[in-house]
Amino acid sequence: MRHLARAFALAVPLGLAGAITQSAVVEARPVRIATTLKPYGGNGAYLAIYITDPQGKLHKTVRIAGGKAKYYKHLSAWNRLSGGRIDGTTGASVGSGQSLSVSVEIADALIDAGYQIRVDSAVEDGNDVPGDAVAPLAQSDAGKPVAGRGYVKSLTFDM
Amino acid sequence: MLRQIHSLPGLIAALLVAVLALTGAILSVQPALEHVAAPSVATDTISVAALAGAAQAQHAEIDKIVKTASGSVLVSYFEGDKAGVDLVDRATGQVIGPHTPSATIRFVTDLHRSLLLGTAGRVAAGLGALAMVILTITGAMMLAARLGGWAALLKPIRGRSRQRWHAQAGRLAMVGLLLTALTGCYLSLTSFELVPDGSTQQSPAASGSGADRAPVGSLAALKAIDLADLRELAFPYAADPTDTYRLTTAAGVTQIDAATGEALSFQPHSAARQIYELIYMLHTGQGLWPLGLLLGLSALAVPVFAVTGAMIWWQRRRFLPRFESNSPASAADTIILVGSEGGSTWGFAKTLHVALTRAGYKAHAASMNALAPSYPKAARMLILTATYGDGTAPANANAFLTRLARHKAKLPVAVLGFGDRCFPKFCRFADDVAAALATKGWPALIETDRIDRQSAQSFALWGEQLGAVLGHKLALAHVAERPRTTALELVKRLDFGSEVQAPTAILTFALPSLPAERTVWRRLFPASLPHFDAGDLVGIVPPGSTVPRYYSLASSSRDGFLEICVRKQPGGLCSGFLNDLPFGGRIDAFIKSNPAFRPNASAAPLILIGAGAGIAPLMGFLRANRPRREAHLYWGGRSPASDFLYRDELASCVADGRLTGLNAVFSRVADGGHVQDRLTDDAQSLSALLRRGAQIMVCGGRDMADGVSLALDAILAQMGLSTAELRASGLYLEDVY
Repeated sequence: MRHLARAFALAVPLGLAGAITQSAVVEARPVRIATTLKPYGGNGAYLAIYITDPQGKLHKTVRIAGGKAKYYKHLSAWNRLSGGRIDGTTGASVGSGQSLSVSVEIADALIDAGYQIRVDSAVEDGNDVPGDAVAPLAQSDAGKPVAGRGYVKSLTFDM
Repeated sequence: MLRQIHSLPGLIAALLVAVLALTGAILSVQPALEHVAAPSVATDTISVAALAGAAQAQHAEIDKIVKTASGSVLVSYFEGDKAGVDLVDRATGQVIGPHTPSATIRFVTDLHRSLLLGTAGRVAAGLGALAMVILTITGAMMLAARLGGWAALLKPIRGRSRQRWHAQAGRLAMVGLLLTALTGCYLSLTSFELVPDGSTQQSPAASGSGADRAPVGSLAALKAIDLADLRELAFPYAADPTDTYRLTTAAGVTQIDAATGEALSFQPHSAARQIYELIYMLHTGQGLWPLGLLLGLSALAVPVFAVTGAMIWWQRRRFLPRFESNSPASAADTIILVGSEGGSTWGFAKTLHVALTRAGYKAHAASMNALAPSYPKAARMLILTATYGDGTAPANANAFLTRLARHKAKLPVAVLGFGDRCFPKFCRFADDVAAALATKGWPALIETDRIDRQSAQSFALWGEQLGAVLGHKLALAHVAERPRTTALELVKRLDFGSEVQAPTAILTFALPSLPAERTVWRRLFPASLPHFDAGDLVGIVPPGSTVPRYYSLASSSRDGFLEICVRKQPGGLCSGFLNDLPFGGRIDAFIKSNPAFRPNASAAPLILIGAGAGIAPLMGFLRANRPRREAHLYWGGRSPASDFLYRDELASCVADGRLTGLNAVFSRVADGGHVQDRLTDDAQSLSALLRRGAQIMVCGGRDMADGVSLALDAILAQMGLSTAELRASGLYLEDVY
């Protein structure tokens, strides 16, 4: 499958994107990422849910949860990797003890390839927690909850 | 206009603003508590590198080290899948214990910021802050107008007790509240990103070398920084090899390479950020705890405002006119115009309206501001008006003089002013109106008259004058809202002065020993005297009359009895009734507070001046003078053998120091004289007392008071002063009848 991704990367500059889009879609799958917060009792938490590549670089932002852009820099690890650019969806902050479930299409090529799903969290008058929860994007880890170290109680992905 | 701007948001926002203020007051104590709790080190003797090294030795992964505004040093760390915060010693870096923010304080903070209602609550809190700004400014303007200008803002406040409380609290809290409210508005605006707070500033993404991280304690850039300059040191994220240390000081943010310890970039704080931090400090008192406490104290005045403000508003509302069969302006033969501040003048207008209607007149009553361009059927106009503050128009009369200028007709007019002689510009607005009418050529129906402190007697006399002009009897029996009365029993009486044609009685009343009905309720909660102090008035309604008579009180409710001095007036209904009252005889009485006539709180001497029965409140003040404030009494009677009221009790006050100097003057003895003569004789010692800031209190008849005022003016003139000036500063009080 890796050769397909490489072909895609080559094909775009060659203007062949349209010809192979269909086969690329076939090679991706929907992944549901569920983040549950601890009952920490404060204001709603800002979350960054994003995917990193094997080198620890940002691959894709899945969701930024939180209403005010000026607080996004408190999602510190994501902010550093992205430079503040959001290439995913945004939504409301997540309350104490609440869950957030997001779905994203992930290319098969990324599964079991050293990619990670990471969640950064931050709460007003509380802490910034870079890498609050980190789950390896591996077939064998699907459905297994990973505990967070800050406001996140558990991070689970299903595919 | 100012009043409407003040009271409308006041009533709507009262509860909201009270919640913001109370929560704010609770939070205001925090900086002081943190200041006390923070380990006090004179100077920070440890570098940031050493402190960070000590922290690193404790925990696998440090998130950041923060020095709070109050000086506490907090270390946030991760340990496996746990996060925690330690409070550490700023001298040694040793852990003192875990830092656990109080859940109560967080709750109160949320209540303060958002009323626990999220974004909608934050909007409400912001509007509350705005309301507070408007209320503080309009309130200050009203207070200045009431006292006669900004320069007079520190003068004593007089008036009804709830108004005094409202104004007094306002004067004390004004500056603090304005600061709190303005800074609160700013913080609210930054929270909604309507004003920049500098938080959008992105630091340049400096990347570290990515080499193996050196121990934090060895980093050169951190060794150079003293703990005193630290605000925050954020550690690099463990999973990001090129991440850097971010050191925040008062000046800006420095990024430091985690491997080499070299400073990679420095970004100064933006102006917006610095302004935000300053205003945040001014609002919260964090890092400025004495200010925090001051602001908290100011905030405590807000519930007082809410309660007294609502009471003042309700009082005014209750007296709004409800006239039965008020003739339309176009059909009325008699126009009654009312200028009222507290609403009590409306009550008099209503009595007048009822009496005129009963006598067959078509009377139309309205606010003075409602003066119509013409009244086609009117034959006369009656103007009843109070005066607001320093001689200006009451709210519903402030446009009268302008409207009068456009008025076409000229009606025979009578002006009646209502006021309080304690105020320097007694009935000034009524005089101004009368003068304006005279200038326009309106004929006077009867001469302009003045009613002191809602005197029903004076009002009835004015009615007689008016009736004489109208050609029939006009009985104006005004009963100011009749308060609940208490039945009292005469327990002691001392009679004086009949030999010198000044029969005067000291009457002492108490609660009836055997109440008429002894219900279970009364057994459990025995009746008690209503609250009163010496100098207050007791209203007594004699049998066969509806109009209460007022007498100054010589005792306070703490004494357990109610005492008055009554001079028997020839043909006087109430004084006759009281003078003939036997032991055990009952009266129905109510208290009318008279807060304007009270000794001030200063330690300067008191000069008490009175004649005849006017000694009553002065005797009350002396009885209550347990702090032994220096007090000199000047009192005039007729003969020491006959009408020396309170002779024995005054002697015991002298003996125990409650009275310093007793100067009794008698007019019907050889070399006798009046009290004002004695003042003139004592000019030298009186001016010495006045130089020490003495307060003068005068009680008695009008003639005596005028004589006293003349005598004192002569003394004061040599000091470059006058009774008018002393009056204005509350050092010359009169209770005159």
